Amino acid sequence: MELLVASAIGILTAGGIYLMLRLRTFPVILGISLLTYAVNVFLFASGRLTTAAPPILRDDISLYADPLPQALVLTAIVISFGMTAVVVMIGLGAFLGSDDDHVDDQTALDDDPAEGAS
Amino acid sequence: MSLFILVALPFFGALLPGLMNSAGRASCAGVTFTVSLVAFLGLLTNLPAVWAGEVVTARIDWLPSLGLNFTLMLDGLGFFFALLILGIGLLIIAYARHYLSRDDNMGEFFTYLLLFQGAMVGIVLSDNILLLLVFWELTSLSSFLLIGYWKHLPEGRQGARMALTVTGMGGLAMIGGMLILGQIAGSYDLSVILQNRELIQADPLYVPALILILMGCFTKSAQFPFHFWLPHAMAAPTPVSAYLHSATMVKAGIFLMARMWPVLSGTPEWFMIVTTAGLVTMVLGAVIALFKHDLKALLAFSTVSHLGLITMLLGTGTAFGAMAAMFHILNHATFKAALFMSAGIIDHETDTRDIRRLGGLRVLMPVTFVIATLAALSMAGIPLLNGFLSKEMMLEEANHTTLFGMPLLVPVMATIGSLFSAAYCFRLIGHVFLGPVRDDYPAKPHDPGPGLWLPPAILVVLVVVIGVAPFLAEPFVKMVTASVLGGEAEVPKAYFKIWHGLVPALFMSIAAVVGGLLMMAIFNPALRFWDAAPRPEAKVIFEGIVEAAARLARGLILPLHNGAFSRYAAIGTVAIVAAGFHAWSTGTIAAPTRELQPAGPVPIAGWLMLVAATGGMVLMHRNRLLSLILIGIVGLMVSIGFVFFSAPDLAMTQFTVEVVTIILLLLALNFLPNTTPIESSVLRRVRDAGIAIAGGLAAFGLAYHYLLRDAVTTPISEFHLANSYKGGGGTNVVNVILVDFRGFDTYGEIIVLGIAALLIYALTETLLGGPVRARLLNRKPDQPRAGDMHPMMMVVLTRVIMPVVMMVGFYIFLRGHNEPGGGFIAGLIVSIGVVMQYMASGFGWTSARLKYPYHGVIGAGVLIAGLTGIGSWFVGKPFLTSDFTYVRIPPFEEFELATAALFDLGVFLAVVGAVMLSLESFSRLARRAHVPDSEHPMDIDPSRDDPQPEPANGGAS
Repeated sequence: MELLVASAIGILTAGGIYLMLRLRTFPVILGISLLTYAVNVFLFASGRLTTAAPPILRDDISLYADPLPQALVLTAIVISFGMTAVVVMIGLGAFLGSDDDHVDDQTALDDDPAEGAS
Repeated sequence: MSLFILVALPFFGALLPGLMNSAGRASCAGVTFTVSLVAFLGLLTNLPAVWAGEVVTARIDWLPSLGLNFTLMLDGLGFFFALLILGIGLLIIAYARHYLSRDDNMGEFFTYLLLFQGAMVGIVLSDNILLLLVFWELTSLSSFLLIGYWKHLPEGRQGARMALTVTGMGGLAMIGGMLILGQIAGSYDLSVILQNRELIQADPLYVPALILILMGCFTKSAQFPFHFWLPHAMAAPTPVSAYLHSATMVKAGIFLMARMWPVLSGTPEWFMIVTTAGLVTMVLGAVIALFKHDLKALLAFSTVSHLGLITMLLGTGTAFGAMAAMFHILNHATFKAALFMSAGIIDHETDTRDIRRLGGLRVLMPVTFVIATLAALSMAGIPLLNGFLSKEMMLEEANHTTLFGMPLLVPVMATIGSLFSAAYCFRLIGHVFLGPVRDDYPAKPHDPGPGLWLPPAILVVLVVVIGVAPFLAEPFVKMVTASVLGGEAEVPKAYFKIWHGLVPALFMSIAAVVGGLLMMAIFNPALRFWDAAPRPEAKVIFEGIVEAAARLARGLILPLHNGAFSRYAAIGTVAIVAAGFHAWSTGTIAAPTRELQPAGPVPIAGWLMLVAATGGMVLMHRNRLLSLILIGIVGLMVSIGFVFFSAPDLAMTQFTVEVVTIILLLLALNFLPNTTPIESSVLRRVRDAGIAIAGGLAAFGLAYHYLLRDAVTTPISEFHLANSYKGGGGTNVVNVILVDFRGFDTYGEIIVLGIAALLIYALTETLLGGPVRARLLNRKPDQPRAGDMHPMMMVVLTRVIMPVVMMVGFYIFLRGHNEPGGGFIAGLIVSIGVVMQYMASGFGWTSARLKYPYHGVIGAGVLIAGLTGIGSWFVGKPFLTSDFTYVRIPPFEEFELATAALFDLGVFLAVVGAVMLSLESFSRLARRAHVPDSEHPMDIDPSRDDPQPEPANGGAS
């Protein structure tokens, strides 16, 4: 099980990084979202993996999953929605303003014209 | 008056002039004057204690762990400087009232002036050197604002920038020096540092600390080789020059040297550096001043020269030198401020400050003539005026000082400095006031009203009184000296008097005055020689250095920071992975302590779906809609994973957030191209894949390592589990943590969420207000639209389901404290219900039924959460302490009432507001893009008399 979760984190991270390195806003935003999953799952996993023991107190149960990472990740999920929305809005505004959804600056700099166009 | 009020008064007072600006110039200046006057009188209330030798203190612990405390102290030295700052400040405010023209923004000016005054009072009253540094930087900043007050003048802007650069660099150096000093002494409190002379001077870091602190002092007090900024700062309005750049700010460096005198002085290093710098500055400033044609430049260089004189006196390290320095600070402040104000009057009345265009003003401006002449003669060191007394003491001290083993060096240099000093004073009197009346002044000169000449006249009265009756000033100066010496040396017994007998200092004085007169006689040939002689221009050198530094920075930054985000991301990822690898390969790794848990077929199936979806996204990301569907699958699998690993709250949150995120991205995709073109080379894709695989492996390694080992120390989670019910009254520990244990975090998070939503709203408004709006309106959909805009089935279904959704949200909210649920999840569920109405029935229909704007909902949520937190103050508990009780209203079951539920209500509202505001902003963009909203929420409505199918907009094309 540990191997599955760890490899899922690794794969999400790899996919996220690859998409984050793309040149257009939309794949970059999706890449960041994938990275967000990876980070959230990783934070959650810092409480170690426990099955069938939700942190809801019951009289006759003494084993519970670690609640603290869950609380932190819960707010992280909601905040990441806010962040995604802002990034999407910025990307959209840039596209609508310039008809160009490149992530990198397209204006050639005086001393470095070739950069950013790769 | 408490020292806190004394320091705070100018800062708070700085708010007033701006407010009074519209009330007229007189009230604007009046309120500033009142603030300063109150502070001045408040200072005087402390005089009896200071006079008795006490040190008045006030203390608030600010950041005790860093040694940074808001401690203030008022001793003789601090009192002296505060008296100068506030006393001369009053005269300057009165003078500036009449000096500034109607075009100048007086409120702005006085705001800056009061900010400066507060910062300056803060410096001289600080008992903590870190606090002192804060005020020190504030004076640099307010000086920058004041020098550049006339923003339209390029000299003003350049001078302000130069002053800020030089004094700011000095301030940075001084921070380093002060930190070293604090480390040596073990405290940042001056009162402790001043007791540790032996410890500090014996420390190997004494010399670096000394040099760094002196850098700060020398830049601030315009000592060679940092003197060049002061003349350029003269582009400021004259009241500023008189106040900051002669009487107060430039003396801050000297103040600090005097303050640190008991611990830093007396060593060979101190003596060599300080005396040499002072001596060179004194002579150099005096020589340059003589040949300046701009009245203010002449005075500026004479200020440089006199600051050098005071520095030199402090450098000698003797008690007599310190006393002479204090006396000269007093005298210099009086005559130099009077001279600056006179120069301002001349500039104001004749429209020029060029000495070559002036002359003969004695007849035209008799009052100004008397004031300026008395002040200038005092500066020249003529008996019966106060400048003579302290200059005499300086020469006396110079006579006993041997520098570099040459006994004659200091006396001769001091005499030469005094000679040039006398010469420029005579030039000022002779070339401006004496001589024939001319007929080519730029303006017709005449004496100004008393508002302009009274302030300098008051100072000149002091010049004469102290000059004739020095015994009046003696006890005060000796009290100040005693606090400078701080018990390290005896206050000298010498009396202040005009006639000391035929001592060497008298002959040096006579030589200086006679030499000065001779210099005037040969002024014209000397000027020709001066103009012909090559000399370095400080401004050119400064600009050159600035330009070289900027070029270096550009050369470093531009290739790295070229606007290519993907490159930064790649560099950042590689750097993070490399740092992690370094830590991994050099640190110690403990053996695994946990067993691997077996995985059944269901988790493996979920894992496979997640991996397949992620892989599909990477491979097919060019088809944007497809990748959006795939990321939905990823999110779904993550939610299921949360369920599986005992996190029901997380699963519900993830699931609902997933829905709103996908809607959001779909809305965005509506405007963006549907496919991503192939632009990057194969090589680049291989490189990116390499980086991604490295990053993925690193994340995998870290997570795997982590999961197989127990925490190094006991986690605090046990506390939460144990106290959730007892202390928080809830059995859902996650929710209790959110609304109770870590409620303050949650409070911050809902605020962040609200700000993000408002940001989106603001961006939308900006877009719709700009040129983008026209583009949106004229935009042609890039693919056929659906025939039904608002399908009847969907409309009916969403409306039926709405109450159910609301009820589910309410249920989830209420049970949140004890079962999975809570404000976050309930908020998201309700948002989805509302979004469905938008989607099914259209924007116009839904907005028309919306009673409350979403901004208000966010605000109400934050407010409710905040008020709940504040509520606990009324029962004497810290912010956000929750309380709960059990009530029973027959015939219902007993149920629980917790203040945490009220807080959760705030969370709920903030989440609903933020999510809806974001989505609504996006859909408003979409709305403008189409033809106006359909009038009816349903395309086909049987209740309408004449059912008229809506034509498909643009869909038929």
